Amino acid sequence: MNSNIDDYLDGNAAAGELSNIFAMDVTAAEGQCAHCGVIKRFAEAHVYMQGPGLVARCSVCQHALLRFVSARQRVFLDLRGLTCLILDRSQLVESGR
Amino acid sequence: MWRVGTVVALHDETATARTITLEVSDWPGHVAGQHVDVRLTASDGYSAVRSYSIASAPNAEKRVELTVERLPNGEVSPYLTQEVAIGDPLEMRGPIGGWFVWRAQQTEPIQLVAGGSGIVPLMAMIRSRALAGSTAPFRLLYSVREPQAVFYREELQALSDQDHSLGLTYAYTRVAPKDWPRPAGRIDAALIANIAWPSKIVPTCYVCGPTSFVENASRLLTASGNDPEKIRTERFGPTGERQ
Repeated sequence: MNSNIDDYLDGNAAAGELSNIFAMDVTAAEGQCAHCGVIKRFAEAHVYMQGPGLVARCSVCQHALLRFVSARQRVFLDLRGLTCLILDRSQLVESGR
Repeated sequence: MWRVGTVVALHDETATARTITLEVSDWPGHVAGQHVDVRLTASDGYSAVRSYSIASAPNAEKRVELTVERLPNGEVSPYLTQEVAIGDPLEMRGPIGGWFVWRAQQTEPIQLVAGGSGIVPLMAMIRSRALAGSTAPFRLLYSVREPQAVFYREELQALSDQDHSLGLTYAYTRVAPKDWPRPAGRIDAALIANIAWPSKIVPTCYVCGPTSFVENASRLLTASGNDPEKIRTERFGPTGERQ
């Protein structure tokens, strides 16, 4: 796999897909990395979208935070790389902030 | 949730970029810096989704402007920049994102750093600031390949002429105009030191562009003393299409 720096985007790019799952905006959400413990905004995660799904990695230690695959009627969401995801109720996706 | 917008105006920004104005009857409103996903579906059911930043300021007219750069091998951008016509429907999802946003309540100094079409969400912030009558001091550093590739040039100049608390600096990476003070090249520490807000006044920085541009610009801002917590970034791919 090519590890060119331009291979990744960031959490902003994943937000549209994740808006199907979360009622609150994920880009402003804070997530704690299960590997290094750092707490960052999800917008800052490095997001890889070249595969069949998307993978969000910690911008500090590169550990996978979130894996997301959509296959026909099913969505697979693996969040084991996040100890905690803190969403803000005022940031409702459909509210038109 | 997918909404349907109707194309109500088209405007070419450069030889390869076009602004599409959409009217979206159920648009809930947006904040400067947000983006939408646009979905095109072929007759055989194949669909492609790409993200595009909103260029317009929040408004009451339920209108959304997107500026799209055409990519030679793009799946979506050639259609949006060459084929789409006034009256056409477009499927979109959004507004998306609550982090890479500027709200008119913010009064602190703002440093905007754009790489190429990364200007689009930053233009929404500049327009939003003007529309709200905000006096928050703004500086824009706009890195662009060549003079012909600049989006919104006249509008930026007019806004900056009216209001000296909006500062503009262009940095050309390939071809600079004749007699331009700085040779063509990537933004560097000397440029940041000369034209960006000094870090001691604690600006909030918004950086948008291709990933390598964003990495370089945020590294330079951090090296010049800005707290990484005050730097908000949005990246798009080398193709400019955010998949």
